[in-house]
Amino acid sequence: MNFAIKTEELGRVYKIRGGKKSEPRELIALNRVNIEVKPGELFGLLGPNGAGKTTLIKILTTLLAPTQGKAWVTGLDVEQEAEKVRPRINMVSGGESSGYGLLTVRENLWMFSQFYGLDSGESNRRIKELLDVVGMGDRINTKSSDLSTGLRQKMNIVRGFLTDPQVLFLDEPTLGLDVGAARDVRQFIRQWVDLDPTRTLLLTTHYMVEADELCDRVAIINGGKVLACDTPSRLKHDLQSDAIFRIETTPLPGRDMQSLQSLPGVKQFIHREKDDRSVMEFVLAEEQVFSAVINQLSTEDIPIHNFQKREPTLEDVFVNLVGSSMSEVEGSGRESGS
Amino acid sequence: MSDRISALGQLRAKKATGFMLSIKTVIARAYPRVIGAQREKSWMFFDVFLPMLAVSAYVFVYRAINAPKEYIGFVVVGGAMTAFWLNVLWSMSSQLYWEKEQGNLSLYIMAPNSMMAILLGMALGGMLMTALRAAAILALGSLLFNVEYEVASFWQLFAVFLLTMVALYGMGMMSASLFLLLSREAWHLANLAQEPIYLVSGFYFPISSFSFWIAAGASLIPLTLGLDAMRQLVFPSGPALGFLTVNTEILLLVVLSVVFVLGARFLLVHLEKLAIREGRLTESRR
Repeated sequence: MNFAIKTEELGRVYKIRGGKKSEPRELIALNRVNIEVKPGELFGLLGPNGAGKTTLIKILTTLLAPTQGKAWVTGLDVEQEAEKVRPRINMVSGGESSGYGLLTVRENLWMFSQFYGLDSGESNRRIKELLDVVGMGDRINTKSSDLSTGLRQKMNIVRGFLTDPQVLFLDEPTLGLDVGAARDVRQFIRQWVDLDPTRTLLLTTHYMVEADELCDRVAIINGGKVLACDTPSRLKHDLQSDAIFRIETTPLPGRDMQSLQSLPGVKQFIHREKDDRSVMEFVLAEEQVFSAVINQLSTEDIPIHNFQKREPTLEDVFVNLVGSSMSEVEGSGRESGS
Repeated sequence: MSDRISALGQLRAKKATGFMLSIKTVIARAYPRVIGAQREKSWMFFDVFLPMLAVSAYVFVYRAINAPKEYIGFVVVGGAMTAFWLNVLWSMSSQLYWEKEQGNLSLYIMAPNSMMAILLGMALGGMLMTALRAAAILALGSLLFNVEYEVASFWQLFAVFLLTMVALYGMGMMSASLFLLLSREAWHLANLAQEPIYLVSGFYFPISSFSFWIAAGASLIPLTLGLDAMRQLVFPSGPALGFLTVNTEILLLVVLSVVFVLGARFLLVHLEKLAIREGRLTESRR
């Protein structure tokens, strides 16, 4: 079968230079990654910051060489046939500040379209239509330095779609966007893929809802490794037998929660302080374990504000695979300086 | 949204490849430089008025010491050509570093165009706009200090100017490739190169004032030879103060042009590969 994207044992190790006296240390950004994306698929890479998502995109877009394994885009080797890969792809990163502030939106987009050899007339026609689609038609002659973050990101999104790539890479495309703009962008992305079965889109995100709502298949990635890869519904289905409860209590800053975590039948437990309350998430082996949880809270004199049983989400899948939530992984990464 | 969805469809026109793609790339990359200067008028103050202060200082020194009249013209011509040196240093050599930090470099590399076309576009745009600035300095300086020119050969003058530009911007493209691998050091290096080149290239005095070997070493910077040849061609006493004959300098400029342009091409290919291998193509924040 011809895959739009395929990787085999793909790895990347960065050499981090230390001081004058210290030896360079190695950072494994990507570790033996194997993925296969079919043409027409909207494929998501879901993982916390520092998981290796951007490194994988950089390799697939010919910007970075792997230190191990192979990768192909539209059947072409990204290392050996980079020049053949490039006309077929494009990439947009969240929060990027590409282009020139002195140029208008139309001029910036036109400039990038010329690097792909688009006819000027065709380019201007597409720019106008695409800006209309993302609701920026009235900003076509605004200098890009005068755009808000959200509008700038929409302009970047248009840049990616302008050249009609066979495979489009979107690295955190809704990063920093407000809810409305993010929804527009997601809607646009889905339509673009659905309109042509030969188009493929690989999207990285650390927003669970985005991956769940948009992607045909999702690979969960952490520490440079792909931990699971399937459709969002199948990934969640594996947790269907578990009972997932969310309990809100009065604030409990600094309180030891070991007694709750070690209760028999508690598979996963996450506790965080949020505003004026304490939020606990339990993944229980069976529903009956919940009464033991309630009893324990009562024994410890912790008043419950509310609780609810909910369906598993991709966040639960991540917790189940990694053992901690995505925000906890990101937090520990920051603390350890990675 | 459904009534506006046609833009999501496939491209109607074919994409250019090969030579035509390079031409489109050169024009597109030159565009921000040309249009940018029109939109940001502050260049008239920073790039014309401020250099005129340095030119004026030298003119008054030469007048105070009763230097030959041609020296005033030397300074004005040198002041005009300084604009090109600054453009090459700040908008060519260190430009790829800024493009990297801005996030443009990865998009340039990832696009099907050649990076050489991007650099040519940068050079062409920079050259056009700097020519305007240089012309403004030349006109203003000539008017203010009453400089008289007597052109010995328009063809030679045109050839010298053209070759100087090709060699100078070729050098800029070559150093841009080297700067690709640098981080913030790029800024420091450009700063470091600015003033010493002012001195050894003879922007404000004839290069023949130096010993032969110093002048010969300084001739590796194409502006040194270009400036010397242009002075010989536009001032009657220029040849007497020249370093080498005009024809020799033209020949050397041809050699420098070939070396720098080919060197830029070789280095760009080599260093792009190296940067991809070492992961230095994307901005440091990502």
